[in-house]
Amino acid sequence: MVAELKNYIHEQYYFRLRLGVAGLVVLSLFALLAFRFYYLQILHYDHYQTLAENNRISLVPTIPNRGLILDKNGVVLAHNFFVYTLEITPAKVKNLENTITELGQLIEVSSLDKKRFKKFREQSHSFESAPIRTHLNEIEAAKFAVNHYRFPGVEIKSRLFRHYPLGKLGSHMVGYIGRINDKDIESLKSDGVYSNYKGSDHIGKSGLEQFYEQQLHGVTGFQQVEIDADGHAVRVLSSNAPIPGDNLILSADSKLQEIAETAFGERRGALVAINPKTGEVLSYVSQPTFNPNLFVDGIDSENWKLLNESLDKPLINRPLRGIYPPGSTFKPFVALAGLEAGKRNPPFAIQDAGFFMLPGSRHRYRDWKPSGHGMVDMQKAITVSCDTFFYGLAMELGIERLTSFVSHFGFGRKSDLDIKGEIGGLLPTPEWKKRRYKQPWYPGETVIVGIGQGYTLVTPLQLAQATAILANNGVAMKPHLVTKIQNGLTGKQIDIPTIVQDRIELNPENMAIVKRGMVDVTLPGGTAASVGANAGYSIAAKTGTAQVIGIKQNEKYNEQGMNERHLDHALFIAFAPAEDPTIAVAVIVENGRHGGSTAGPIARKVMDYYLLGKMPAIEPSAVAAPVPASATGTATITEEELHD
Amino acid sequence: MISKIFHFLFKHFDSFLMACLFFALLLSLFVLYSASGQDFSRIYAQGVNVAVALGAMWLAANISPLNLERAARPLYILGLLLLIGVALFGTISHGARRWLNLGFMQIQPSELMRIAVPIMLAWYFASREGKPSGSNFVVGSVLLAIPVALIMKQPDLGTSLLIASSGFYVLFLAGLSWRFLLVASASLLALMPVFWSLLHEYQRKRIEILFDPTQDPLGAGYHTIQAIIAIGSGGSAGKGWLNGTQTQLDFLPERTTDFIFAVFSEEFGFLGNMLLLTLFSLIIARGLVIASQAQNTFSRLLAGSITLNFFSYAFVNMGMVSGILPVVGVPLPLISYGGTSLVTLYLGFGILMSIHTHKKLVAT
Repeated sequence: MVAELKNYIHEQYYFRLRLGVAGLVVLSLFALLAFRFYYLQILHYDHYQTLAENNRISLVPTIPNRGLILDKNGVVLAHNFFVYTLEITPAKVKNLENTITELGQLIEVSSLDKKRFKKFREQSHSFESAPIRTHLNEIEAAKFAVNHYRFPGVEIKSRLFRHYPLGKLGSHMVGYIGRINDKDIESLKSDGVYSNYKGSDHIGKSGLEQFYEQQLHGVTGFQQVEIDADGHAVRVLSSNAPIPGDNLILSADSKLQEIAETAFGERRGALVAINPKTGEVLSYVSQPTFNPNLFVDGIDSENWKLLNESLDKPLINRPLRGIYPPGSTFKPFVALAGLEAGKRNPPFAIQDAGFFMLPGSRHRYRDWKPSGHGMVDMQKAITVSCDTFFYGLAMELGIERLTSFVSHFGFGRKSDLDIKGEIGGLLPTPEWKKRRYKQPWYPGETVIVGIGQGYTLVTPLQLAQATAILANNGVAMKPHLVTKIQNGLTGKQIDIPTIVQDRIELNPENMAIVKRGMVDVTLPGGTAASVGANAGYSIAAKTGTAQVIGIKQNEKYNEQGMNERHLDHALFIAFAPAEDPTIAVAVIVENGRHGGSTAGPIARKVMDYYLLGKMPAIEPSAVAAPVPASATGTATITEEELHD
Repeated sequence: MISKIFHFLFKHFDSFLMACLFFALLLSLFVLYSASGQDFSRIYAQGVNVAVALGAMWLAANISPLNLERAARPLYILGLLLLIGVALFGTISHGARRWLNLGFMQIQPSELMRIAVPIMLAWYFASREGKPSGSNFVVGSVLLAIPVALIMKQPDLGTSLLIASSGFYVLFLAGLSWRFLLVASASLLALMPVFWSLLHEYQRKRIEILFDPTQDPLGAGYHTIQAIIAIGSGGSAGKGWLNGTQTQLDFLPERTTDFIFAVFSEEFGFLGNMLLLTLFSLIIARGLVIASQAQNTFSRLLAGSITLNFFSYAFVNMGMVSGILPVVGVPLPLISYGGTSLVTLYLGFGILMSIHTHKKLVAT
């Protein structure tokens, strides 16, 4: 009994010892937990608090409405509208192929739609919805709504689409928007504005849409949305409304634009009209043009191929990037250089026998009129476009003096228009030639620069700007298309200031001689008499012809039997009214042969409408005498060189 | 008359444990209401669970430990047979074979073993004369190892480890030598790599993710990451009841069951956690007191094992949810939603109460 009791007490003692040990273990492990809670909830509270907030709150961007583009009279050139789109979220669809096939049985889905969808998908995440069909009509939308249950992961959304109501009209000026690509993202990042593009999927790709991207885009708004683990919005905590983009008001007039583009007919070419007093661009034509609406949803490969591979090159922005020898349109500038340098004065005249020869050379630089023009003074030289007169003048001026003077008119450099991608043209100098060809400058090359041939290259925009500077008596106004920027919210307009780019000191008497010569161009006896006929205002102009292929010495230019695309380009510059010009125009008609007969009438229609509000009547009969090109070689220059 | 009924109902209840359980029950319903997205039907269902569990507890409290001792072998054998049945004919769900379909109901025999194993081992050691010998411990270990192995095979790592620990507590309290414990834990450490290679791929993954939950933030690591965010963002006093963003916005998985502690922790903060630890500590302390006062070996060992096993559940669950232990499917005792675990737990408390209130009848 005692042993048993002792044993019992002994046993209980050991048991309690073990319980005690267990209790200590319990306490220490609970202490470990307590420390863990202290660590998480007290020491690192801020960290986890932030993580929980990040979990909970998602910033949902609200895309601002893109600003409108309006012409000077408020006609809309670019706007936005809501379109029903049928969208598929690939991540939510079990069998994409089947779904698209079945959708196709319900609503028309073309192969183009499918291709575009594929492209969209490649550019986005699988949890983002991509449109399989856009521009659903109401019947189609209703049809789908009834069958919605059959298509999990497919839904109708409304997307804001950019639309260009005038279609092809002025598309090279207005430009277009397209989906943001990696290159755009890079440039947005380097500009430090990428965060403003959260949620946006379009960006201006060309024209004004590109140049004024920042103004048009607006400021992206944000909604602080509480989301659950599946990413569904539970409620909006706060919202920051987007600020719509600014509207652009142009100096161009859509009616004038229409007249100008229609005047080109089927011809290729470019026209730029500028108000010389302000630098406002009144019309900006690149023919042929294209429908910018094709690019908004992402252009399909068929249309792209059609545009990109067309011989007419409708995608080239000709006023900015088309380069042509100025031909005879260069002469008024050479004339002014001669007068300003004192190499010529009004009474000075030459006897033109139809050719010019350099001293000590037997090479004949031919006039376009083989028999010559007889006695020719400065004014007449411009009026009849006498080559011989300008050969000699260029020679006397010398290439350096000549190019440095005319460069004040914007030749050889970019005109700084508010559209990107401009090419600077080319004003050749001996240094340039040495750099380019590692060859010295030959005197003969100076001779042909006098008539706008040789290496000299201009863009239609440059030519228009040079004409405007001439019209404005040497004061160069910065050319611009946008005159007013209107706040998208308040409607308040801010005028874009007119800027004087350059000011050439010119003797008014010299200016008067050149202008008089140019006015005579459009009077009977001038190379563009038909253009000036019954105008009702005075026009100062100059015709030009630029060779497309070189004609060898003693070879005859044969219009017939020549490939149409090898025919000469026709050029025409003009300003009016000549006494107090408010419009300066440059027109280039590719392979149009004669400036007076093809390019001139286009300019006339533009000036008529601009100055008189007159709609063009029937085609004026072309009565001007053919003015063949001067005979000299053409330059081959790469585009890279033109940029520097 | 009323006092007689009162006596019949409560003569075997322990008022201290009852107070603790009542408080835990209140907490559980509040947290469940929040965790279920304010779903009263969930509260109602848990109410039914609690009622059943209370009934089970009352029964257990009124069964004398002597009868339990007698039932030890049949219970254990029945459990083993059921486990074998599971292995042969069990229903597979979520890749594990844990349930046995009896036609009219589904049962999870591993739950029965949670009670049967400690009872069996306590009976075994109590039935040996004098101080248990080494061979007794070997036999005890085998008795323990068989059900543990069967459950691990299902596979149900969490339950098998917890049953193993409940058996181990009996061995420990029965006097397993300190030297053996030392050698065993040393060799266990040494055998870690072998153990590692025996794990299922997903179990290994869970352990790997424990050390670096960011390895798989959207998959297996997601649970732990979101739970830790919930706990950490609770701060000192919590976000307030029904205001936990992690909870209310569905970021927490399995909120009403295994991860309910994260809900509690987010809404009641560090202070709430301390309160819960205190509550658990009080229950454990009471259990240890009951064990130390128990009057025979069987009661002592069983009470100690039940108490320490309750601790295991609490510690493993809170440790896993707060990211210091790997994620194994163990509910938070007394708080998580679910009938089975609640019934098992309350049965355990019933046994504790029985041991405490029957001691005069069974004094050795």
